[in-house]
Amino acid sequence: MLYREAGDFKSTYPSDNQTFPIRFDRYAYWALIGFAFLVVPFLLTDYWANSIVIPLLIYVIAALGLNILIGYCGQLSLGTGAFMAVGAYATFKLTTAFPWMPIYIVFILAGLVTAAVGVLFGLPSLKIKGFYLAVATLAAQFFLIWLFTRVGWFFNDSATGMISMPERTVFGVLVTGPAASAMAVYMTCLVFVVGMAWLARNLTRGTVGRTWMSIRDMDIAAEIIGVNPLIAKLTAFAVSSFFVGVAGALLFGVYLGAAEAGEAFGINKSFLVLFMVIIGGLGSILGSFLGAAFLIVLPVLLKVFLVDALGWPADLARHLEVMIIGALIVLVLIVEPHGMAALWRTAKEKLRLWPFPH
Amino acid sequence: MSDTVLFAFEAAINGLTVGIMYSLVALGFVLIFKASGIFNFAQGVMALFAALTLVGLQEGAIPFAHLINATFGTSIHHFGFNIPTLIAIPLTIAVMVGFAWLVERIVLKHLVNQEPIILFMATIGLAYFLEGLGDIMWGAEVKRLDVGLPQGGNIWFEENTQWLGFGNENFYGFYIDTLNLYALVIAAILVTALVIFSQYTKQGRALRAVADDHQAALSVGISLRFIWVLTWSIAGIVALVAGIMWGSKSGVQFSLSLIALKALPVLILGGFTSIPGAIVGGLLIGVGEKLFDFFMQPIIGGATENWFAYMLALAFLLFRPQGLFGEKIIERV
Repeated sequence: MLYREAGDFKSTYPSDNQTFPIRFDRYAYWALIGFAFLVVPFLLTDYWANSIVIPLLIYVIAALGLNILIGYCGQLSLGTGAFMAVGAYATFKLTTAFPWMPIYIVFILAGLVTAAVGVLFGLPSLKIKGFYLAVATLAAQFFLIWLFTRVGWFFNDSATGMISMPERTVFGVLVTGPAASAMAVYMTCLVFVVGMAWLARNLTRGTVGRTWMSIRDMDIAAEIIGVNPLIAKLTAFAVSSFFVGVAGALLFGVYLGAAEAGEAFGINKSFLVLFMVIIGGLGSILGSFLGAAFLIVLPVLLKVFLVDALGWPADLARHLEVMIIGALIVLVLIVEPHGMAALWRTAKEKLRLWPFPH
Repeated sequence: MSDTVLFAFEAAINGLTVGIMYSLVALGFVLIFKASGIFNFAQGVMALFAALTLVGLQEGAIPFAHLINATFGTSIHHFGFNIPTLIAIPLTIAVMVGFAWLVERIVLKHLVNQEPIILFMATIGLAYFLEGLGDIMWGAEVKRLDVGLPQGGNIWFEENTQWLGFGNENFYGFYIDTLNLYALVIAAILVTALVIFSQYTKQGRALRAVADDHQAALSVGISLRFIWVLTWSIAGIVALVAGIMWGSKSGVQFSLSLIALKALPVLILGGFTSIPGAIVGGLLIGVGEKLFDFFMQPIIGGATENWFAYMLALAFLLFRPQGLFGEKIIERV
């Protein structure tokens, strides 16, 4: 009854092309935004913030970035972890070199630095593709991590080789460092998530997004109809790396507080974000949210269920988690190659016709 | 000869023996890629899993002991008997063949005609699954693998290379692990066996036919599914050999599957479709990274082995994307 487009007349082209064509979806969207901004901050406890909500928001940004590259432009990357590290180390260098700089600006600049590095490592994509490109991005992964752990300039020659985030405030509220409140950290991440998702949505449905998708679907044909592969691929790498870099900056800046490149941004991070994109849905903004949510919540659920309730040893639960994630990836690719977002799309189609399917 | 030259030589020889290991893993990749066009990311984890199974069987460990203990509160670990190596190896091969069959049944069958990139990601999932399974089945601690291969430096080799110093008193001959010499011999036997198998047996010819053209092979009555099980089984056996070699050298542990990632640049150097390419590529990467580390250590610091292979592959991709021995990549609309 509720989920209908009947009576919702579109009289202009912009309103016909809007993100949520059904009125109910629009209300739900605004309700969700309102809930996230006005209600959640006051309900948030430290446990919920640190184990689920904040990592979720940060990984959503990373997944959005990787989804732009893989799902929209079709370029496989296994270097996400290293690009997150670039964002994190850029944040560290900028905050320590320019202490007066507002922290939000720092995060965005860190994203831009990552975008530049991403373009550099994206250059081979002009010549190679598929898993050849995957190996090229592996080069980025291992080389950058090596650079960050070996060259003292990047971690200001600190004795431990770690970088740690100094305290910074926004409008007088502490947002980084261990003393920052859950609410402040949450609001910072939320602002970035909403802004980045808005950016991703509008980029992917505009000219830029269409050229990316044409490259993904068939690059030679796209070239023939006049898409410049140089610009399309490099913009995809730049935008994707920008997202991933901001995610890395936030992960280090507001969540971890201190990090070491090899440990926090190793190849496992690359795979984690890749799995979020696959499970959530390639080429879908909503999919990035769903995939990140799933892979952040699953380990917590397993831990609560197996370790706390059944009393299993923690390492056994972790191995089971690895196994489940692996099996899920295969299952998703077999059953629904477009991930959870496609399931949601199917459900929506059904809802629109319910309860009279014929 | 001067010390530097001799040390560089020793580094190169060490690199050669490490390269053989890379080649062994890369060999498994090439086999599967040729027969099914799948880039099998799980090859490294297959080596780990095979080695874990072998150790578990040898020690008579009970599979899933940790899981059973955690679920039922029991405390069981071993059956109480040891299986001799010569029986344990065929049993492990049987496990790997069974795994190949299951992969075909459960995964590949449903992913026929998908894009290569989807298949690639499916094998990443497979790698994760297998890694978790191996840990749950046999426990995650580092295990010692002993199949009776000799350990330690080779004295014969050392004594017989001493004359190369040409009167340099600091030089006592090249140091080389006996195990690595064995690896060399075993790799040579393995490659010869594979070549004979694919050239002179019926199944081997069928395998090459499938590699050449799936549909044409199907139309002359070759069972694609049987060939896939066959290639994955062979890849499993190659993985077992690689696992035994790595495992005897540095213990069976997770790093084994990470080292296997190095097989990717090896393939790019050698070409995805060439068995000799996998061997030559492995040797080149092995020698290259040791020499690079040797000469660059004073300038840019150590541990360059982590990335040298990938960077070399990257440089290679820019100039010769099909690798040294690969077939030329032709693209059509």
